[in-house]
Parts: sequence; C-alpha cells; structure tokens
Amino acid sequence: MAGEPVPDQREAVVSVKEAAMRYGHRTVFKDVTFDVRRGEIFVILGGSGCGKSTLLKLLIGLMPPSAGDITVLDGDWAKLQGDAKRRLLTRIGVMWQSGALLGSLTLAENVELPIEAHTRLPAAARALVASAKLGLVGLGDAAERLPAEISGGMVKRAGIARAMALDPEILFLDEPSAGLDPITSAGLDLLIMSLARETGTTFVVVTHELQSILAIGDRCIMLDKDAQGMIAEGDPKKLRDESEHPTVRAFFRREAM
Amino acid sequence: MPSDQFQAEAEAGRLCLRFSGPLDSTIAAARWEETHQAAKGAEAITLDARGVTALDSGGAALLVSLAGADAEWQEPEDATARGALDRFRKGVGTVKPPSQHRRKLRPIAALGSLTLDLFRRFLERLGFLGETVLTGLRLVPRPWRLRWAEVLRHLDEAGTQAFPLCILLGTLIGVILAFQSSVPMRQFGAEIFIPQLVGISLTRELGPLLAGVILAGRTGSAYAAEIGTMRVNEEVDALKTMGLDPMAWLVIPRILASTLVMPALAMVMNVTGLIGMSIVMAMLGFPPVAVLNQLQQWLSVEDLAGGLVKAAVFGLAIGYVGCRSGLSAGRGPRAVGDAATGAVVGGIVSLVLLDGVFAILFFRLGW
Repeated sequence: MAGEPVPDQREAVVSVKEAAMRYGHRTVFKDVTFDVRRGEIFVILGGSGCGKSTLLKLLIGLMPPSAGDITVLDGDWAKLQGDAKRRLLTRIGVMWQSGALLGSLTLAENVELPIEAHTRLPAAARALVASAKLGLVGLGDAAERLPAEISGGMVKRAGIARAMALDPEILFLDEPSAGLDPITSAGLDLLIMSLARETGTTFVVVTHELQSILAIGDRCIMLDKDAQGMIAEGDPKKLRDESEHPTVRAFFRREAM
Repeated sequence: MPSDQFQAEAEAGRLCLRFSGPLDSTIAAARWEETHQAAKGAEAITLDARGVTALDSGGAALLVSLAGADAEWQEPEDATARGALDRFRKGVGTVKPPSQHRRKLRPIAALGSLTLDLFRRFLERLGFLGETVLTGLRLVPRPWRLRWAEVLRHLDEAGTQAFPLCILLGTLIGVILAFQSSVPMRQFGAEIFIPQLVGISLTRELGPLLAGVILAGRTGSAYAAEIGTMRVNEEVDALKTMGLDPMAWLVIPRILASTLVMPALAMVMNVTGLIGMSIVMAMLGFPPVAVLNQLQQWLSVEDLAGGLVKAAVFGLAIGYVGCRSGLSAGRGPRAVGDAATGAVVGGIVSLVLLDGVFAILFFRLGW
C-alpha cells in the first residue's frame, strides 16, 4: 500500500453530487461532484465566467441547482423550510465579494446583526461578542466606524467578522483577495489560515488568485467554462506540479491559451 | 443550564462564580440576568470555569462580562473550551475604548455648527448655479459642443413619455374643477361662467403647476438618480479625467430638455383640462359651441403665454435642482436615494416659491 494516498476519514460537511446549473439553454456547469471535509480549507477555483460564484450560491442555498444534490451539514436546502432552514443558516457564515456590509450601520452593529436575529443574548453580550470578533480580525479600533470610512481590505475583514458572528461550522468566502494589494491579500490569507487552525472552522473559498490558492488551499476543485464543469480536483500544489490537463497547467503557470 | 451548573459562593472575602457543563448562547442568554445579579456588588471575583465542557461566543461573553478587569480566572479544563475562551479574550483585548468624538454638542456650539453648515451649503449651491450659468453661456457661441443627441433623448424621456400621464391627469383635473365649481355657481345661476373659471385657473396656474409636479416626480428624481449613480460609480470622475466637462455633458442637456419640454407638458394639461371641463358642461346641458364662445370671450393670449413662460422657468428650476442633487450625491449606498428624494422635494419647493414670485410679478404688471 506504500505510496497510495490514505483516504481522509474526516466527515464530509458539504457534499455535492452531480450538480448542474443551467440558465435556459445555456449550461454553466454539469456533473460537478465533490465533498468538503470538516476543518479543511477547500478552494473552488477557475477562470472568469466558469460558474464559481454560481456554485457558491448553490452551496449557501440562494438558488436550487438545475440537477443533482447538494447537502450542507446533512441538510438539503431544497427540502428545508422554516425553522430547520433558519437553524442551518446559523451554522454557516458567508463573506461576500463586496463585503456587503450595511452602509448605515457601524462595523460593530453589522457584526451584532446576526447575533440579534438568532439569539436572545442581551445588548451588552452582543456588543462584547462583536468586539471579540472584530478584535480577532484586527479591527478592534474600527468598531465604531461606518463601512464607507474604511479601506477595501478592512471591509473584507469586517465581512469575515460578521460571517463568524454566530461561530459557524463552515465559512464561505467569495473572492476574499479580489481587488486587494499583495500585502493586504497575504494578511487576509494568514488570517484565514489562523482562523481555520484555531477555531477548527471549515472554509470554502471561491477565488482565482493563484497565490492565495497555493498559500491557503488544502484541497481544491477547478471549474472550466469550455468544459462546462470540473476539470481537476486535489491538492493545489500537486495540481500545479503534476497535472497533465492543458487548462490546469496554463492556469497555474499563468499562460495564455 | 440546571442550577447545579452555576453556583455563586463567598470564600474568604471573594465571590466565586462556578460554571460547569456546556455554556452556549442560549444558556448564556437565559442566565445572563441571574449571574450578573449574583456578581453585583462583589469586591473580588474568582471565575471558576474549570468544569465548562463546551463554549461558544455567547458563553464566552457571559464569562468575560462577569469577570471584569481584575477577576481571578480558573481556566476550563477542556482544551477546546479553553481555546475558545482564549480567542475571545484576545479579540476583546485588542479593542480600544470608543473615542468621544460623537459626544453631544452644547446648544450654542450646535447652533454655530448648524449655521456654518447652512452657510456652506448655500455657498455650494451658489457655486453650482454659477458654474451652470457659465457653462451655459460658454455653449451659446459654440452650440455644436452640446450633445444634441442627449438633448433629444431627454426631450423624449421627459416629454413624449410623460404625455399619457399629463393627458390623464389634465382631463381628470378639468372634470373635477368643473364639477366642484358647478355646485356654488348653480346657486347664482352662473353655470355658464364655469368655462372662464376653469380656463383661467388652468392656463394661468394649474396647468404649469401640475405639469411641474409631474416633471419633478418623474424627471427631476430620474436626473438625480442617474447622475448620482454615475457619481457613486466614479463615472463623473472618469469624465473629468478625460477632459470632458460634466456640466456640459450631463447637466446642460438635461436642463435644456426640461426647460423646453415644460411648456409642451403645460399645454397638454391645459388642452386636456379644457376638454374634461367641456365634457362636464355637456353633461350639465351646455353645448360645446357655448363653451367655446365663453372661452374665446374671456381667455386671452396673455393668459396662455404667461402660463407657458412660467412653465419654462419651472422646467429650468426642476432640471437644475435634479442635476445638482445628483452631482452633489455622497458616496455611500444611500446616496442615490437621498439624491432622488432631494430632487423631488427641492423641485416642488422651488416650483411653489417661483410660482409665488410670478404671482407678485403678474399682479404688479397688471396681467
């Protein structure tokens, strides 16, 4: 058995089976199958327009897939309603590409929002939790500022703090490094890695930033627009070094096709 | 959390708060009041969390809030719970106390601040007005620099597309005015004079005014939203860096269109209003010839022309207010909504103010 990879025994927290998405006659992707295991940083990568963000929307239950099954923490979005769906929503957190912070609320109020909606904690406790979350992402001194008053990198970090407000088991991040300078982007990668290590939270990260993928990804899948689906799955570093697929090679070597 | 999972004991002058078992947000919320009540007034606190087996942020918030700054901690024995508590304290520890810059201003200072703010806003408006006038004057000798295609687009949007609404409202207003006035007029047997009453009201006052309200609601707000969105998306800055004057590109075509279109809208209101009134007169037993005769006798070209000139000035003001609201929009997500609201409110207020000025002017001139 020497040399063969040992199968990962950790439970699958996200399970996607033969998922497909179509808009009218246009197929975005089909036959997408993968599992995300507890505690890993899983990256969904691919070029622009390959359906990464669409896949993320399916995973977080914003849209149903055209075909296939998607299970998140043993819950199927299509079958969940009312309180059951609400409970599942409190077990995941989402950071949007734009941060999606509410502009009329301070950062602390933004973080308090899900706590207020889903728990009965009093205001003092909510404020304390918001402080702790903002402190963890390095925004302890910006709690009283409005989203319009802070930089792009800070908006992303505040987005992560809000997504972590309810101690979710899975954090979904949409393009966390997009539009950031290399130093801020590297800082965000470090933050994601330290949160994954310290809190044991599972991360599902959608990105096309090569350096981020290699820095943080335990495993990844790659989507391709022309193939209308997955073209690779595995450890990003191995894919970079060993993949024979021309698109995967071109992606990791930054070559034009 | 059963009561054996939280105990408060006094030990040698210290209050010992002992927690055991899982401590999550639900439990923390349920026991928040009780635990804080128990800790109230204690001089020294020992927080014994050794028995805590699971902890989330809500539970950690309860422990940290009870501990205050100088409590003695006995850490959870469970490694995961200890880690969660550590992370929480680390996060809270990096928070600086909020600054005092949002403190209340004293009344005199607040009044001064308000006055300065009003003055600054007045100067901004004056500056914008000056810039608009200068750009307009600069375009007079070089009309080819104006984007006429844009002017035509705005004429269509503000004018032809608003005609159906004007026709509907104009007819209804004519019908309503005629019906309402017929009741008192009948008492004096003076129903034949309804055409004069409605005709003069419409041409001198209501036609331009209602067309102005329609323009402010439909077009003024659209100008503000469109330009405000362009500003939020940095398209206005992009125009400037390309060496294109946003005033000439965005503002003047819109103001010109709104000025040109208003007399037409007012005319539509006038004509449809008179038609509405004629329908009511027919219902009251007066043939169209009688109505037309009355109108010819009492309505003058001056009435009509005065109303149309007034309408053009209203159009100028509404277009100006809409564009100004858009260009002075802020950058945040509420900016576009605020700009649109400002355009409608500002447009209608300026409409009524200008109408007052015209009323005094016409009275002095004896029109």
